Amino acid sequence: MSAKNSVNISFSVNGENFEDVTVPTRQHLADYLRSQGLTGTHLGCEQGACGACTIEMDGVAVRSCLVLASQANGSSITTVEGFDDEVMQKVKNNFLKHNAFQCGFCSPGMLMTTKEIISSKKKLSRDEIRSEISGNYCRCTGYQSIVDAIEESINEIN
Amino acid sequence: MDDIKVNQNPKLGSMDRPNSYIGRSLPRENAKKHLEGGGQFVDDLVLPRMLHVAFLRSPFAHAEIKSINVEEAKTSPGVFDVYTSKEIDEFCTPWVGTLGHLGEMRSPEQTPLAKKIARWQGEPIAVVIANNRAQAEDALELIEVDWEEKDAQVDMETALDDNAVVIHPELDSNLFWTRTVNQGDVNQAFETSHAVVETKLDFARHTGVTLESRGIVADWNKSEGKITIYHNGQAPHMMQHIIAKHLEVNEGLVRIVSRDVGGSFGIKVHVYPDEMAVAAISKKLGRPVKFIADRLESFTTDIHARCHKISGKLGVDKEGKILAMEINDLSGIGPFSMYPRTSAIETNQVLNLSGAPYVIPNYKAVGTVVFQNKTPMCQYRAVGHPIAVAITEALVDKAANKIGISLSEIRKKNFIPDTAYPNKTPSGVPLEDLSHQASMDKLLTMMNIQEIEKEKIANLDKNVLSGYGVISMCEVTNPSPLFYGVGGAHISSQDGASIRLEGSGAIHLSSSITEQGQGTEAIMKQIAADQLGVSMDSVRVTLGDTDATPYGGGTWASRGAGIGGEAVLKAARTLKDNILDIAAAIMQTDKNSLDVENNTVIRKNGGEGITLQQLAETVYYRGHELPKGTNPELLATASFLIEGIPFVFTNSAMGCKVSIDQDTGIIKIDKFWAVEDCGTQINPKLVEEQIRGGVIQGIGGALFEECVYDDQGNMQNATMADYLVPMAYEMPDIIVDHVTTNSGRSIIGAKGAGEAGTGGAPAVIMNAVNNALKHHGTEVLSQPITPEKILKALRKI
Repeated sequence: MSAKNSVNISFSVNGENFEDVTVPTRQHLADYLRSQGLTGTHLGCEQGACGACTIEMDGVAVRSCLVLASQANGSSITTVEGFDDEVMQKVKNNFLKHNAFQCGFCSPGMLMTTKEIISSKKKLSRDEIRSEISGNYCRCTGYQSIVDAIEESINEIN
Repeated sequence: MDDIKVNQNPKLGSMDRPNSYIGRSLPRENAKKHLEGGGQFVDDLVLPRMLHVAFLRSPFAHAEIKSINVEEAKTSPGVFDVYTSKEIDEFCTPWVGTLGHLGEMRSPEQTPLAKKIARWQGEPIAVVIANNRAQAEDALELIEVDWEEKDAQVDMETALDDNAVVIHPELDSNLFWTRTVNQGDVNQAFETSHAVVETKLDFARHTGVTLESRGIVADWNKSEGKITIYHNGQAPHMMQHIIAKHLEVNEGLVRIVSRDVGGSFGIKVHVYPDEMAVAAISKKLGRPVKFIADRLESFTTDIHARCHKISGKLGVDKEGKILAMEINDLSGIGPFSMYPRTSAIETNQVLNLSGAPYVIPNYKAVGTVVFQNKTPMCQYRAVGHPIAVAITEALVDKAANKIGISLSEIRKKNFIPDTAYPNKTPSGVPLEDLSHQASMDKLLTMMNIQEIEKEKIANLDKNVLSGYGVISMCEVTNPSPLFYGVGGAHISSQDGASIRLEGSGAIHLSSSITEQGQGTEAIMKQIAADQLGVSMDSVRVTLGDTDATPYGGGTWASRGAGIGGEAVLKAARTLKDNILDIAAAIMQTDKNSLDVENNTVIRKNGGEGITLQQLAETVYYRGHELPKGTNPELLATASFLIEGIPFVFTNSAMGCKVSIDQDTGIIKIDKFWAVEDCGTQINPKLVEEQIRGGVIQGIGGALFEECVYDDQGNMQNATMADYLVPMAYEMPDIIVDHVTTNSGRSIIGAKGAGEAGTGGAPAVIMNAVNNALKHHGTEVLSQPITPEKILKALRKI
């Protein structure tokens, strides 16, 4: 690949520094992360509709299929592999308790959206929780168990 | 999560004992990995020297390839080679999607890449092999094809007309398959009926939209002459046979590995041309090759489902007893019947299942299946059920309204009584161990229809109309060899389980059933630990690898718990028996005085026992200490299949209440109730989640999902932004309860539970919508029931 088709960037993922790495200019962030073995970030549609690839970039949940890897320069990224703080442990326990996933393909994105919900510190109703996760597609559960898990997490944490 | 549900199956023993796990809603500890990003899906796999492919697909529904030039594409950066059917066909023989047990089926040979004519938009015609997918896609643009577009036969209703475009001229017409069922004399019965009602329903095409798309990594190892295929499928041993047959490899040298699968719902149980091409390319090149469908490819090449137009007629006497039912179903399946299960099965199920809960002495059903230039259609979750249940239940509602009895009363009058099994469907399919009466009674208690009626009447003058519906249905689960094997398909109806005690005292279990998220691994573990008397965490499970599991059918048609679970139960009982034999020899006592609890062989009358670890260590490392002649067998294997009947049916009753906004036409599902009788529930929470997830897919088909085509056969909405799937906000909470009638076919007594929600929700929603619209003297008879259709019915637009 010629020089103009790639760019060098630096950023961090789950606290690990990626210094001066070369990425193709056209590569989206999800593909880059996956190429580094961070395969917890899943791709479902590559057009921002399904939410499976949602990650946290500088504290904001974003679709990593709609962000170019080059745009991550200077940013701090968290993926599902980096969810080891106490709050997310509680959330994960509630997902397990309520069976809030079946195949697990949507779970990384769903957890990321849940993190944003929890961070907002709002007490949401079930309808409001449903509204908040309406950008994350799950074909297996029918969503009810996910709402149960998020509801319990909100009550437990906030 | 619920802790304990009473296990009503006496064959499984009391739940009041240590290590009693069957019947409990235990969390899926094994699935925690998905919350850590640790799932292992096909696209997560990277092999040394792996190549990637992208397919050039037909942009037309029907077109001739006058010429194709791939030379420039071969020079594109990163490209290894570009193949058309000429190269691929050397490594893969064609296939035909027909079976021998359902009368004549006519479908032509299919090859991985179309040879001369493309017959649906999305059919693969060339493949670029490159160092990565992006480079492969770049090169696609450099392939030059001289296309000659042909007229496309898009509409199934004109597919058999004299002037139809015949998609396969060698077959002389677009007819794939037809079947007529005729029991009794419907014409005479209609003549003597007090009332006869008719309707005609239309079901759009929709598709599975698994969040993880289809994917395959094929790895031909030249030195061993062996091919390993990592595949997100549902039936590894079926694929093993298919790959061996068409790549002409010894079947024993084909290994299929299905690791984590991101949803399947029947979509991933079929043989796809692009996946066969990938296997052929790997064999040709001797290198690993990966293909992961992108979302456009998913929409235009994953099998579609439904696509039916069905008319029906029901005759009743003045009390509302059904005297006769007649249906006529037309379905369009795209240009080929899918391999190896065929695309006849959905229509066959419509004919088999219509009217199934009821005593209907005279029944006639005609099914016609035609080719068309659209994406191939085949079996998706609840095959045929939505059509069969919707036509039946729509007619039953109409008959109740016509003679002036309630929606529940007409059903109760006509159910096959719970005490009258074994019995048969109106089409003649054997039924046993069902409970329509008890299930409907329970549903009605949950729903409180009087209250709903009151609210409905109170709303009549308001802008929001209320309506409700109730339905009953039979659900096909646990198929026997009479489903596919009898027709010549190498699809196992038997499943196996192998279970061993290891030197550490741990239990290892392998099963031919696969996991796509239903909880297969969890329930297998529960059965094994329960039957052996060990803790859950001492059992490890291997699934989805033809080199490592017993032979068997895999996961489809809700067969995992009832067939695969029974095999695990039998294997575990045998292993326990062996353990007790060895323990009796070591402990110098009568076997009957021993039992296994908490990973320890105990003396029932007290006294010191030995742990399974101690026992295993003695057998494996110090076998010389065993009394002479002791059988050291700590591995047990068992198999199970359903004999003598085609399926073990489950039954279900569902109700829902909807509100319709007369200004926008938007339907809101206020409440949804489901009662399921799937016999023994190994893990009640997982059963409920099957029902809930199934209902939501049924709601998708009823209200949102449609593969929209223009009249040239171009799919118009092949993106996730345009094709509407159920998202959380529009979905209701679903209240689930159970009636339990164990299957008499097995010890475990479990029937399947994965189909009913998807099969029943479209019927109950349509009935509820038309219940609401009845006040305005109108109805909607076409799914998905969009706001536009509602507004048209209300003459607002």
